[in-house]
Amino acid sequence: MSGTGIGAAVRRKEDQRFITGKGHYTDDINRPGQAFAYFIRSPHAHATIKSIDAKAASAMPGVVAVLTGAELATDKIGNLICGWMIHSKDGSPMKMAAHPALASGKACHVGDPIAVVIAETLPQARDAAEKVKVDYAALPAVADPAAAQKSGAPQIHDIAPNNTIYQWHLGDAKAVDAAFKSAKHVTKLDIVNNRLVPNAIEPRAAIGDYDSGAGTFTLWNTTQNPHVARLVIAAFVGMAPEHKLRVIAPDVGGGFGSKIFIYPEEVVALWASRRVGRPVKWVAERSEAFLADAHGRDHVTHAEMAFDADGKITGLRAKTVANLGAYMSTFSSSVPTYLYATLLSGQYEIPHIYCEVDAVYTNTVPVDAYRGAGRPEATFVVERLVEVGAREMGQDPAELRRKNFIKNFPHQTPVIMTYDAGDYNASLKKAMELADYKSFAKRKRESARHGKLRGIGLSTYIEACGIAPSQAVGSLGCGVGLWESAEVRVNPTGSVEILTGTHAHGQGHETTFAQVVSERLGIPIENVLVVHGDTDKVQFGMGTYGSRSGAVGMSALVKALDKVEAKAKKVAAHLLEAAEGDIEFKDGKFSVAGTDKSAAWGDVSLNAYIAHKFSGAELEPGLKEGAFYDPTNFTFPAGCHICEVEVDTETGNTEIVAWTAVDDFGVVVNPMIVEGQVHGGIAQGVGQALCEGAIYDKDGQLVTGSFMDYAMPRANHLPTLTVDTTMTKCPSNPLGIKGCGEAGAIAAPAAVINAITDAIGTENLAMPATPATVWAALQKTGMPRAA
Amino acid sequence: MYAFTFHRPQTVRQAAGLLTKNGDAKLLAGGQTLLPTMKLRLAGPPQIIDMTLIEGMSGIEQSGRTLTIGAMTTHNEVNTSPVVQQAAPVLAKLAGMIGDPAVRHRGTIGGSIANNDPNADYPAACLGLGATIVTNKRRIKADEFFTGMFSTVLEPAEIITKVIFPLPKKAAYQKFRNQASRFALVGVFVSKRGSEIRVAVTGAGSNGVFRVKSFEEALKKRFSPKSLEGMTIPADGMNSDIHGSAEYRAHLVGVLARRAVAEAIGKPAA
Repeated sequence: MSGTGIGAAVRRKEDQRFITGKGHYTDDINRPGQAFAYFIRSPHAHATIKSIDAKAASAMPGVVAVLTGAELATDKIGNLICGWMIHSKDGSPMKMAAHPALASGKACHVGDPIAVVIAETLPQARDAAEKVKVDYAALPAVADPAAAQKSGAPQIHDIAPNNTIYQWHLGDAKAVDAAFKSAKHVTKLDIVNNRLVPNAIEPRAAIGDYDSGAGTFTLWNTTQNPHVARLVIAAFVGMAPEHKLRVIAPDVGGGFGSKIFIYPEEVVALWASRRVGRPVKWVAERSEAFLADAHGRDHVTHAEMAFDADGKITGLRAKTVANLGAYMSTFSSSVPTYLYATLLSGQYEIPHIYCEVDAVYTNTVPVDAYRGAGRPEATFVVERLVEVGAREMGQDPAELRRKNFIKNFPHQTPVIMTYDAGDYNASLKKAMELADYKSFAKRKRESARHGKLRGIGLSTYIEACGIAPSQAVGSLGCGVGLWESAEVRVNPTGSVEILTGTHAHGQGHETTFAQVVSERLGIPIENVLVVHGDTDKVQFGMGTYGSRSGAVGMSALVKALDKVEAKAKKVAAHLLEAAEGDIEFKDGKFSVAGTDKSAAWGDVSLNAYIAHKFSGAELEPGLKEGAFYDPTNFTFPAGCHICEVEVDTETGNTEIVAWTAVDDFGVVVNPMIVEGQVHGGIAQGVGQALCEGAIYDKDGQLVTGSFMDYAMPRANHLPTLTVDTTMTKCPSNPLGIKGCGEAGAIAAPAAVINAITDAIGTENLAMPATPATVWAALQKTGMPRAA
Repeated sequence: MYAFTFHRPQTVRQAAGLLTKNGDAKLLAGGQTLLPTMKLRLAGPPQIIDMTLIEGMSGIEQSGRTLTIGAMTTHNEVNTSPVVQQAAPVLAKLAGMIGDPAVRHRGTIGGSIANNDPNADYPAACLGLGATIVTNKRRIKADEFFTGMFSTVLEPAEIITKVIFPLPKKAAYQKFRNQASRFALVGVFVSKRGSEIRVAVTGAGSNGVFRVKSFEEALKKRFSPKSLEGMTIPADGMNSDIHGSAEYRAHLVGVLARRAVAEAIGKPAA
């Protein structure tokens, strides 16, 4: 064992480069002769584009070209697509409106790209952009999802009457109705899951580079899934044949889902490069990112939970309107359906669940997956219902949860999922001990003495990660398979390159994937190079999102390592002049059973390549293997987060004074990295609960269009976090991994809101629970102000 | 950013001359508001007059019961100055609450006051301490200086050279931050100097920094948070936006005033 294997908290190999400014991001890449792109974006939420006059702009200094949707159509560049087909209750397919990379005829949201200026320098492109005259005729706009379906609402796309994309449902409505009829207690909640702006540190960027000699395209792009980008841009947009398009995702500075999708700007960069015969570079400004990157969440839900006389949950029903924005982004349709309603059983044995989801168009930035994607929304619904139900029935919220926990596995929920393994009571128990739950009343009295209201909130969440198997997701409408690939290339000197179809944009794969190799081959992680993010190097892969890289990507790696080991044993058998069946491999050493004969890893790898000990008829030289791995099920990380807050009744300010997270991620490859993922996830969840919220005004203008108005979570929003784990192995993959990337963001919002509502004594509290919001809620309770 | 001509005068007189000659010129004192707006192309002054080469524009000096701070003195210099920390700890603390370290190392007191952002901290200090703003032309009392949101009595070629603060006996500043921008959603500065009591509010008013005479009168009887118990100001004239209603801001003025008085007399906030 090398000390850098599975379970070792080794430091991240990539951090030296990142923290010393040696990372290599898209904006660090400059191509000879490159020109710069600047997009002209609609200032209107909804407007007819009557004409675009680029004459004056084209004559500006340094301008290479001004391109519009008209040229895009002339060149027969296809539309962007949503790759997950959802059918409505009535069997009709979702109403996917045309989404050209440059809007033509009509602008549908503020920030909708209308034209692009290509110039020698970026300032020249910006100067010229101001001279492009776009004649808009403003149309009435709708931004609020709850208003989009009302009669008289502005109609955004002809294909979708009442702006309705689909009316989907899941579950057995009749059985649920019966459960509610016989319920002893029903808890009802109206919930708004607030719209979020992702805001990765690195803004999106793209460089398109067309080689007219070879007829090939290269796209450097801030993407979480370069192969999917290549596939969509080739097969659907028709920008380039797949084999002549290379997509490179170099270092990428955060994604959180927002860099999964195929956006207009990268298509335009490629197209413009072919048009002008030069590389074309675009880098988003932060203000531009607010208007151009897919937002997250934005659900309006009415939900009800039925309980019997013992406090057992007998049914759950929810009606959700999901705002998908002005166009259907790449995976937008799946988020409020199969990534949401399928998780409404939470950690609980709920016999009957029914969920209806209407997805609507509005004149806002498209909405798609954002850290957790559907699962934070589901968790918020379930965990608020359980908490409020307990309070209404006068039961301890922890006890009510325990009473309803699923205890036997596998467990089939009424909403598709088969939970494979878990011990929800174990994580609840450990979290309650770590949080000193039983002494809360004492702490509450202590806070009251300081004039503060103290509250405690639980969130026993579940998520489904590593979305798969491909056959299953295909049957649910997904346009792609969700397997993963890996290739292991052993060099003659014994060092190893592994190629993975996943992509790291902050997760630390260069370390964790190397740890898996280190564990298996007994070599230090320094001798392992992880290659990803280049379609010319990695043959194919599905990228990174949905906490899938460990559960799916590493499983593919294990499969490839199996093959490498098998081949290496053949080589070792020749080298050690023994029967293949007698070769044992352990801790990086091949030995012959029952003898003292052995060969080191490096000897075997060298012999695989010099091939002096076997003939070509006996064995192929070389040591390189690949594998594709398709999981047999989702994975189901789960856990318990407990948040404790103090509310200042005079200002409405909430301070999170304690946080305990106990998660079951299955087998953990690197506990330090996992802890970091949990920290980051909690911070994002706390951001949603306390301060983040994209606000559109009634005209469809984004009021929170910069950090002056959009509040990101800060270090001072968080206490020192107590993070621990419990472990049940995931039975469906070889390493037993469940995934950890989204858990914090999924668990946190409900924990925070449960804690604040516990403190202030009213359930009527919207996210984000800003000081002003909490103060306003307090005014309605008539609660005496603390002295 | 749009292209501009960059001037670097050596004297205040030269700077004023450039301002007179170029009506659209902007002084660059620290640039922490000006430069971001220029980068966003929301402002495009054709001429920028940089103040950094002018000697004698920065520095901190105590003379008896007054503290004089040069217009080009950065927030960080005020924050870390032993003189200010000794003579007027409230000012040192206030300067340390402005922006972030990068802003505090570039932003200046003169720039902040001349800009008179309705959410800025220094205008509250000037009004709350009864400062005198000295320009190349005259001396202006803080009570007359601030005339509304982003507006002051400064004339076109008038340049702030220093700010003179009378030292208070007791003073404190309570700032409740806008969660996004970290500017003051409401900031309340209170001071007591002899019989003079001042309560100045930033962030809340739709017309910029203002004094609360009713609070001042109440505090004259007794400089204690109890004197302000139950007191509030009308919501009329308060800002109302996504960060807080007019009622919330008006309410916070009362809360923060009580907390500031408590802090000023060395009692923990209620």
